[in-house]
Order: sequence, then structure tokens, then C-alpha cells
Amino acid sequence: MLTIENLHAEVEDKGILKGIDLDVKAGEIHAIMGPNGSGKSTLSSVIAGNEGYEVTQGNILFRGEEINDMSPEERAHKGIFLSFQYPVEIPGVSVTNFIKTALNAQRKASGKEDMPAGEMLKKIREKSSMLSIDSKFLSRSLNQGFSGGEKKRNEIFQMAMMEPQLAILDETDSGLDIDALKIVADGVNALRTDENATIVITHYQRLLEYIVPDFVHVLYDGKIVKSGTKELAKELEAKGYDWIKQEVTD
Amino acid sequence: MDLKDKLLDSHIAFEEELGPKDSIQKLRNQALKTFEAKGFPSKKLEAWKYTSLNSLIQDDYLLFPKSEKAVALNEIKHVFLYEVDTYKVVFIDGIHSPFLSDTTHDGLDVCLLSAALSKPKYSELIKQYFGSVADKEENMTALNTSYAREGAYIYIPPSVVAEKPIEIIHLSTGDQGPVWLQPRNLIVVDTNAQVQIVERHQSLLEHQVVTNSVTELIAHQEALVDYYKIQNDLDSASLIDNTYIAQDKNSHVSVHTFSFGGKITRNNLNFYQRGEHINSTLKGITLLQGKQHVDHNTLVHHAQPNCESHQDYKGIFSDRSIGVFNGKILVDKIAQKTNAFQQNNNVILNDKAKVNTKPQLEIFADDVRCSHGCTIGQLDEEALFYLRSRGIPKKEAKGLMTYAFANNVLQSVQIPTLKKRINKLIANKLGVNLGFEL
Repeated sequence: MLTIENLHAEVEDKGILKGIDLDVKAGEIHAIMGPNGSGKSTLSSVIAGNEGYEVTQGNILFRGEEINDMSPEERAHKGIFLSFQYPVEIPGVSVTNFIKTALNAQRKASGKEDMPAGEMLKKIREKSSMLSIDSKFLSRSLNQGFSGGEKKRNEIFQMAMMEPQLAILDETDSGLDIDALKIVADGVNALRTDENATIVITHYQRLLEYIVPDFVHVLYDGKIVKSGTKELAKELEAKGYDWIKQEVTD
Repeated sequence: MDLKDKLLDSHIAFEEELGPKDSIQKLRNQALKTFEAKGFPSKKLEAWKYTSLNSLIQDDYLLFPKSEKAVALNEIKHVFLYEVDTYKVVFIDGIHSPFLSDTTHDGLDVCLLSAALSKPKYSELIKQYFGSVADKEENMTALNTSYAREGAYIYIPPSVVAEKPIEIIHLSTGDQGPVWLQPRNLIVVDTNAQVQIVERHQSLLEHQVVTNSVTELIAHQEALVDYYKIQNDLDSASLIDNTYIAQDKNSHVSVHTFSFGGKITRNNLNFYQRGEHINSTLKGITLLQGKQHVDHNTLVHHAQPNCESHQDYKGIFSDRSIGVFNGKILVDKIAQKTNAFQQNNNVILNDKAKVNTKPQLEIFADDVRCSHGCTIGQLDEEALFYLRSRGIPKKEAKGLMTYAFANNVLQSVQIPTLKKRINKLIANKLGVNLGFEL
């Protein structure tokens, strides 16, 4: 589904990604772990098309198609979704109106009419109840005054509404207590099919107890320095990142 | 002949046309002298540093247009709040249109200044209020006063709540070449009375029109006034709006100014607090394109203790448009416990657009809370990326963020149909259809 080849990216002439190779197939969950500053969030931003980063080398292929030059909205239309570490506040635009706008923009891009209001409402109800989101929450201004947990839950709600092919969860566990973490993880698991794929970006192993990855990659200094199965995550949890750094320098 | 000379010379003809002397003739003549001495404001004046009237005053204007053209209602329906019932005072090229107006004397007066000036039963009120708030020394105000004759006259008696909003609409047809209009409004809201007013100036086709308007508003004790100014005129129209508001104790007055169009728009908005526990609100959304120029020059004079003022102006500028905000807060020595807030935030969508913003605080009391802040920036790239990553195209994403930016100003609009209208105007200006109303 997603193939990344020798990806180099920089921001303001500072190299951050220094040759990433990654292959994610439909039905798989990949975890990308690494110490702070290793380039995890940059990788997710670059896959989603953030124009603040410049791809200087390499390729990103999504379902066989090169997407390097596509805008963020085109990538979203193709089925890529990024759950943000720090979702943006939009005062005056309710959660419901925002998701309607997003979903209908998505439909328009594939030549479909706006979703009928009744159908939209039904879908909103269904997905919000799955994530234990009450209706009052839906009429609040997007992310404004939301707690960390509410913001993350709202991200997963948007993901549930958009039904992407590839979901990238950037530090979705940060700021969540254990109950919120479970709700979010249950939501992500419920959305899994053999047709879609998930990339979980996290610093800690905790989230991976609930969203169990098929593969774990360790990112360090802009490169994937180690790949393995979920056991690797446990090893990292037990030993920290220092031994990886040591291995790389040796 | 230059415009100043023409205005001075034409005054005799104006007086002759007026006929017998009325009670404000002395004021007119004094004002003419003031204008003769001062002339048009130049950029040398601190208050006019960023707005030049030079491009307007070099042309020749018709000072006394004759209303010859009847305007069909369905052509101009969109100018009115047609979805709801309103009182209307409508002028075409400065002359009252009885056909389009809907005035009243039933429990409150919504009528013409010319009528109030000529009828004995209003003479006491005119004597008491006319010219009582306006700054006699201000150039454009003096010019307006010297030619004051027509406009809206509104009187809300004690404890009367105006059931319908009042619309003051000035249309210009462009039938008679460039015109110079000088409407004069007098609004008195008596003790414990309430009113909502919407003021709009609209050209019906591209033609040169300059409107130099003066509005005096007196809000007595416990009065509640909601005033909305819609400035969405064509690019050939300019407006100098001089509004003077005097408030007595416990009164609440709010003015919302929506500046979406016009060539040069200058808003001189002045609040004078004359009692305790007064609340003054000044809010605005300025959304400009092309070479439009809007200058907000505000003054809030806190002259008594325990009062509040709240200013919140948002500006969005694209192309080569120019915005100016000059907000002065004056707190007298006796005005202790004043709570004055001022905020001016601007977003520049294009590197050719310009904004000058200047807060000016003069505080002589020592126990006050005054805060002010101004920002000039661009739309947040990270936020734009967030919206686009949800599949919302760049243009719509910018529109949505602009909405969000201006939103809190809209939230305090008390007339729902007006709020919807402003929403639509903003969406049209931004060229986006968001598929929902905020």
C-alpha cells in the first residue's frame, strides 16, 4: 500500500530524514518508535504532504502511484489520514460542521454529490457512539478548550468518519490517561480491515499493548536503524533507547 | 475651482434653497467658518497620517443632486433586511424616498431630520441634542454640520422598546455624475429605552460618490442600543463616517462595523461616557480586496468611574488593500475602576497588502484595568495543513480559517437574519461555499 524508498527530507536546509525505506501492506500495523528528535513526526508530516518540508531525495508511493508532488488534500482524497499530535483549534466551527465539510470535500474530489443530511447524521451518531463521544461534544468548536484526551478522541472520530486506506497516528497516546487510551485503541482496532493499514508513531510501548503491531521500526537520526516484531517494542521499553544509539555509533 | 472653494461658495445657494431660518442655522454658519479655516484634513494631521483624501477631493462633485430616478424595490431588495419587518429611512442620492421608507410616529419617532428641523414640536429636542455630541473642531464633521439638513431622526421615548430594527439606507444611483453626499443623523434613546439600528450606504452602479456622514447618538440612563454599520459598497464609493455617541449611567451601546468594500472608508467612531456603570462595545470585521482602504479611528473617553469599554476589531487583507486601526482610550483622573479592553488582530493574505495599527492609551487614573493588543500576521501554515490533510482544498481551508478568525465578532450580532447575511457576505468575499452556516 505504502512504499517509501530512500526518503530524504529537510526543513530550512536542515536534513531530518536521511534515507528511509518502509513497506506497508494492506492489513498491516506498523509501529515507528524512536527517541525525541529522531524524525518520527517529520516522517508522518511528509507522508501526509506538509509543504513545510522539502523532499530532497527518494520516493513515496501510495498504492503504486508516486505522491511526492501531491498536495495534502489530494493525498487525503487518495485515502491517507494523519491523526495529529497537536490538533489545531478552529473557533466557531463545530466538530459536526467540520467533519461534514471534510467528508463532502472528499466526496466532491471523487465526483460524488454531498452526502444526504440524514445519512451524514446516522454516520456521525454511529461513529461517535463507538468512541463514547456525546452529542454535546459534537456541537463544540473544533478542538477549542478540548482536553488532551478529547482532542485525540476527536482525531480518531474524524478518522472513523473518513475511513482512510492508510491511517498514521502521530503520538496518539501522548496526553491520554489509561481509560482514554483504551477507548482510542478500541476505536482504531474496530476500524481495522484487511484492506487498510495503520502506522502508529509513538515514543512509548504503552499504546502498543492495545494496538498490536505486526512490525516495529526504530527511527534514529533520520534513519530506520532496526526493524522487528512487537517483541522489539518490549525490548525498547525495558532497555530504553540508549543501546540502539550505542549500536548505531558502533 | 477646487472642492473646498466650491463647498464654501455653494453655501449661499444652499441657504437660499433652505428658505426661512431654522434653529440650527447658527451652528451651520459656525461650522462653515471652522471648515473654511481648517479645510480638508491632510496627512500632516496625526489622526490622518495613513489615510489621504487627496484622491477624492481633486474631482468636481454635484453637491445637491436631484432625485429623478425611481428605484424599483426588487432591484435593491438585497440591500435591506427583507426577511424581517423593519422601520426604514431610505434616501436616494441624499433625498428621502417615501416609496422605499417605512417611518413611524406611533410610540416612537423614526422619520427625517428635515421634518424634525422644520416642525415646532421637535424644536426643543433639536435645541437640546443637535450638535451636542459632535466634535465641532473636526474638519469633516464641521463640513457636514455646515450643510446639515437631511438624514434620519430617531427618538425612542423612555422605557419604549423599538419592536423592529430600524434601517437607515443611503442609495446612490450614479445618474447624475459624481456626487458628494452629507447625511446627518440624530438619534436619541431615552431612559430605559431600547433600539437596534442598521446603517448602510450602497451605490447601485459604479460611479464616483463620496459620503461624508455624521451621526449623533445620545443614550440616556439604562438605554440599550445595538448599532450595525454595513460597509460593502462598490469600489467607486468612498465613505467618511463620523459617529459620536454620548452615554449616560448604566447604558449599554454597541457598534459593529462590517467593512467589506468601498474605495476609501474612514470610520471616526467616538464614545463619550458621562455616567457610571456604562458599557461601550466597539467591534468590527474588515475584509478587503483589490485596492480598498479602510481606516478605523476610535475614541473611548472614560470620564466617570466604574465603566467598561470593549473593542475588538479583526482585519483580513488581500491583494493591495490597506487597513488602518488607530484606537484611543482616554481615562480621566476621576474615572477610577475603569475596565478598558482593546484588541486589533489582522491577517494579511498577500504580501502586497498593508496594515497600520496603533493603540493610544492616555490614562490619568491610577486604579484601572486597561489592556490592549494588536497583531499582524498570516494564516497559520500548520493549521492550514491540518485542514488540508482532511481533504479540504487550500482555498476552502483558508476561507474556513478566516471565518474562524473573525468569528467572535459575529457572535455578538443580535439580529439573526443580519448575522446570516454577514456570514454570506464573508463567504462570497472569500469565494468559498462552506456548505453550512456558522
